[in-house]
Amino acid sequence: MPWDLDENRPIYLQLMERIEQDIVSGKYNPGDKLPSVRDLALEAGVNPNTMQKAMSELERDGLIHAKRTSGRFITEDENMIKELKRELAQEHIRAFIENMRQLGFDINEIPELITDAAKGGQSNE
Amino acid sequence: MNELLKIEGLTKRYSGNLFALNDLHLTLNGGEIVGLLGPNGSGKTTLIKLVNDCLYPTAGTILVNGNPLGPESKEDIAYLPDCTFLNESMRVNNLLNYYQDFYNNFDKDKAWNMLRDLGINQNARMKTLSKGTKEKVQLVLTMSRNAKLYILDEPIGGVDPAARDYILRTILSNYSEDATVLISTHLIADIENVLDRVLFLKQGQLVLNSTVDEIRSEKGKSVDALFREVFQC
Repeated sequence: MPWDLDENRPIYLQLMERIEQDIVSGKYNPGDKLPSVRDLALEAGVNPNTMQKAMSELERDGLIHAKRTSGRFITEDENMIKELKRELAQEHIRAFIENMRQLGFDINEIPELITDAAKGGQSNE
Repeated sequence: MNELLKIEGLTKRYSGNLFALNDLHLTLNGGEIVGLLGPNGSGKTTLIKLVNDCLYPTAGTILVNGNPLGPESKEDIAYLPDCTFLNESMRVNNLLNYYQDFYNNFDKDKAWNMLRDLGINQNARMKTLSKGTKEKVQLVLTMSRNAKLYILDEPIGGVDPAARDYILRTILSNYSEDATVLISTHLIADIENVLDRVLFLKQGQLVLNSTVDEIRSEKGKSVDALFREVFQC
């Protein structure tokens, strides 16, 4: 099943995001070996050169590193992964706050809405 | 990067003043999957036939891996035409032998494996197969050659979406890393993710030659959306 990619944004960015997501969510553990570029490209249903570019960018960020002849590995730096997790969370939160603002909520009203939603209750009635 | 295909000043004029191609320049390097896109009548098939030496150009030159068109270029190119070209009374396994006789770089084991994966009966005669299955057989024969340049004219036009996915996977998993695949199609959205580069042909001229991610970064839209904009009727 090819990865679900949206059609307007550069493909390599979306591949990077997907792999970051897989690292943060624990699909890959620190120090794990990644599948080959070709296998990942096949799994994703994308061009191998595009996957290669995503890998190179992730390498540049330090999140993965290549070992000569033996492939690519996830970083063993757990702090870096924690930091990434935080960054991804913040992106989601920023987008969420923006959406709430567009619905007309004030920033101060948002925490209460979140608490209520987390309880599974409803804020009105 | 090696210049796998080098086209200069290529012009094809059909009877009268109809220019199917008009002073086209194009260089393709090894190791890319390239989409050849354009509306009906923009010159895609003419270009493909010229590169495969099926038509003579009115003007211009074509070099394939440094050689002019001839036996060497035909060895280097695996060509899938947009129509059925095989003898309908032949059985699939006869076709494999046929291809092996024709092409030194045909890998029969690879073809067997692909046919098995696709569940195609090797004893079946071509004329008993459905249109989509025939297209799959032709694609298998083409992709089983260890060629430098694969030229596929509408390889996914006649098959269902599930088979399209399989065909795209077949292309992805069977071209070698320094080979180039040139695919002509109208089904841009289906194929966009597997392409490195797209070429837009318009009235016999190349109006765009850029990578998929360049288009998405610069225009903020898919190749499919850009195509609809550029070629709006």
